[in-house]
Amino acid sequence: MSGYQDLKKNFFGGTTSISRQFGMIFTLVAIILLFQVLTNGLTLTSGNLIAVVSQYSYILILAIGMLMVIVAGHIDLSVGSVAAFTGIVVAKAMQNYDLPWPAAILLGLAVGAVIGAWQGFWVAYIGVPAFIVTLAGMLVFRGGNQFIGNADTVPIPGGFRTIGAGYLPEFGLSTGYNNPTLLLGAIACAAVVWREWRARSTRQEMGARPVPLWISGVRLVVMVGVIVFATLRFAGGRVGTSLPVSGIILIVLVLAYSFYTRNTVGGRRIYAVGGNARAAELSGVKLKRVNFFVMMNMSVLAALAGMIFVARSAASGPQDGLSWELDAIAAVFIGGAAVSGGLGTISGSIVGGLVMALLNNGLQLMGVGVDLVQIIKGLVLLLAVALDVYNKSQGHFSVIGSLTRPFRRQETASAAARTAPHGESSKAPAVG
Amino acid sequence: MSAAQVLLEMRSITKTFPGVTALAEVNLVVRESEIHAICGENGAGKSTLMKVLSGVYPHGAYSGEILYRGEEVRFGDIRASEHAGIVIIHQELALVPDMSITENVFLGNEPRKRGAIDWKSAQRRVLELMEQVGLKEDPDTLIKDIGVGKQQLVEIAKAFAKDVKLLILDEPTAALNEDDSRHLLDLLCEFKRQGITSIIISHKLNEIEAVADSITILRDGRTIETLDVRAGGVNEDRIVRGMVGRELSSRFPEHTPDISEVFFEVRDWTVRHPISTERLVCKGSSFTVRRGEIVGFAGLMGAGRTELAMSLFGRSYGVWQGGHIYLNGEEIQLKSVSDAIRHGLAYVSEDRKAIGLNLLDDIKTSIVAAKPAKVARYGVIDEAAKHRVAEEYRRDLRIKTPTVDEGVAKLSGGNQQKVVLAKWMFTDPDLLILDEPTRGIDVGAKFEIYGIIQRLAAQGKGVVVISSELPELIGLCDRIYTVFEGAITGEVARAEADPELLMKQMTTTKKTPVS
Repeated sequence: MSGYQDLKKNFFGGTTSISRQFGMIFTLVAIILLFQVLTNGLTLTSGNLIAVVSQYSYILILAIGMLMVIVAGHIDLSVGSVAAFTGIVVAKAMQNYDLPWPAAILLGLAVGAVIGAWQGFWVAYIGVPAFIVTLAGMLVFRGGNQFIGNADTVPIPGGFRTIGAGYLPEFGLSTGYNNPTLLLGAIACAAVVWREWRARSTRQEMGARPVPLWISGVRLVVMVGVIVFATLRFAGGRVGTSLPVSGIILIVLVLAYSFYTRNTVGGRRIYAVGGNARAAELSGVKLKRVNFFVMMNMSVLAALAGMIFVARSAASGPQDGLSWELDAIAAVFIGGAAVSGGLGTISGSIVGGLVMALLNNGLQLMGVGVDLVQIIKGLVLLLAVALDVYNKSQGHFSVIGSLTRPFRRQETASAAARTAPHGESSKAPAVG
Repeated sequence: MSAAQVLLEMRSITKTFPGVTALAEVNLVVRESEIHAICGENGAGKSTLMKVLSGVYPHGAYSGEILYRGEEVRFGDIRASEHAGIVIIHQELALVPDMSITENVFLGNEPRKRGAIDWKSAQRRVLELMEQVGLKEDPDTLIKDIGVGKQQLVEIAKAFAKDVKLLILDEPTAALNEDDSRHLLDLLCEFKRQGITSIIISHKLNEIEAVADSITILRDGRTIETLDVRAGGVNEDRIVRGMVGRELSSRFPEHTPDISEVFFEVRDWTVRHPISTERLVCKGSSFTVRRGEIVGFAGLMGAGRTELAMSLFGRSYGVWQGGHIYLNGEEIQLKSVSDAIRHGLAYVSEDRKAIGLNLLDDIKTSIVAAKPAKVARYGVIDEAAKHRVAEEYRRDLRIKTPTVDEGVAKLSGGNQQKVVLAKWMFTDPDLLILDEPTRGIDVGAKFEIYGIIQRLAAQGKGVVVISSELPELIGLCDRIYTVFEGAITGEVARAEADPELLMKQMTTTKKTPVS
């Protein structure tokens, strides 16, 4: 049967929005290579990669929460303001009340949870559209930030800065690299190998034919290669630097939320609600709880992102977090989420966010002005989504689709024909 | 008699989608002023053929030729075919719920005067059109405020506004009750007298037998035969044989009921309408279900059967006013869907696409959707277990799909219905409420669904079947309740059930003595 289609599925796993993710990974690689050439090798230097991570980790953290909000069929416009509000509360608490920094972090998360509960209440229990609730929140918490901080900048004490500007400590043998980073890299490699092995045995357990061995092999070689390369880059920077602490926080969150959204009952319920709320409700899903949770979760992550940002910039100011919501939303949509909800993955959103981050970074390295950077980012967002929408609506005109369709099995094809063109265009993406 | 002129001839129409042939050399001859039925199982190519005719698939996207009034026509889009007087009314009505009847009738076809919409002439014309289709309603009424039967008439009025010569109706009575259906079919006969030709696609063979002049049967994208009803000798069995290519000896599988004690009882169930709360949608309904029993609910559209079922199922509909539910003799409270599921209730909705399934999901996820915890440990879903469960149901219910990883959106109606049934069987319910379980499903799949229902009853479960098709209820159920305007008006045992008696009870408020 199908060669290319299966290959694609085998390499990238069988989730629904693979089509766009597949494209986005290549776009990401292409962008990296392009800027690597255009900046004469600056892009992939240790220093730059470390800078990119510490500069964009908070946007990616927001993208995680935003993905879940968008999958559930909502939107959150308030994240930038919530981040700024949390930042100023934490900064003031430490400045005026000498709150120790670990307590300050807990305070910040609590602030996020309270704000999230507030917004979730209106969205889930009163039924005000999230667009409106969070538009209000955007104003309220931006104003709150300036009210509490007197529209001024409040400095952040040293210990707190670790989460935004900290690096892993040096220890052990002098290898010329940052040892903890090397250790993390080794763990990551082992995890990737273990996961591949697990996936194969799970498929066997299901009675399905596992992916051919050579594909597993190629996939492992590529992934381990990328991890080793990244590890050496992050470990081999200026002495005293390593993979930033914020990057580690990001990685932990990505892993945890990916697992949550893919493999747990609670996570899948978010997709069920976004895909068809009424059907989910009649299947026993408590709609209100799910909606409340995604909104609250988003604000907690926004609070975390805000704290990382103020830690990095060593101060909290009135302009913090301006238009972050737009970057986070863009990352999610570039990463393959459906505007109508129900579709999208954490990993896709992270790839989408990285595309935006590296585009930003590369253009800055080239000395392109902020004006042009914005124009280019806007067009990339539009094109990425337009291409996908076009592919879906045209079905058979899509390049990938036209390549793979004739090889499909007969049953699948005739089933597709029955629903064509409506079924295929509206709700059945990604196969082509 | 057959001297009537040929109005439309479609010659060796072939339409392929990449990798699959939907129509192969299909021929169709429709004569002037006749009602021509097109029959075939789901996926036989009926809708595709109509889309070719109406220009949804433009000339060039198919091969073959279309002769209309003796000339070859090549429609580039729907507008072109409508201009020629060919109007198609789709199964899913294309009306805007928040617009008035007038606005809908002239949507896309507004009478204009100097660039602005000429509302005055629209209002005059809409009255004529409504008169023509027998619709008595204020033309300013919003579409969402009239019943689906009247909405269907608005669609037809809309077609008339376009000066229709050939009216195509795709499953026009699928959502209608018997009364509205009969009215619609009478209307078609009236149009015939006025010289308007109709093509009707329907699964309801008794209706086709009653009104059609000729029948073209499609199977697997090919023309099987054209039957001339006026010549006689055409009955439902004859049509079914053509459609499935074999004789279906019985429309219902053999079944010996094994009924034991009453285990589920509802008393004085009263529910208010969710929006206009002064209206009662269930008026003190009481009924019982025994283990191993298939209980039918007969009633006209809007009688309150779905409302009753959904309000029982965790108060998913309306405002609960009073009443009690007893399970195994003990009163239970079902305040949410999860309560209902926990107590062993399952409700299979009449609208599987809108509220029964998440069309973005694959088959296996849909099957476990109502009780994911059963394939999860500590909230983590065991993919292998989920796959195993889905495979079992695929084999057991004969869901036609290459793998359970396929999206449910790609399945045919019958197979989607099997997935929904599997989803609720997976919750291991004691009482299944099936709301219109065979709506829009072809004959073969219906037979299989009946078999599944009987198997469930044989396992000692209680099954409640809500259906608008009386023959289905009579053929399937051990006992039938009739519902009219929110009240249960009668109870008929299988032996005494006949359509006339049921119809009488379905249309009267007077409670007949319980038999």
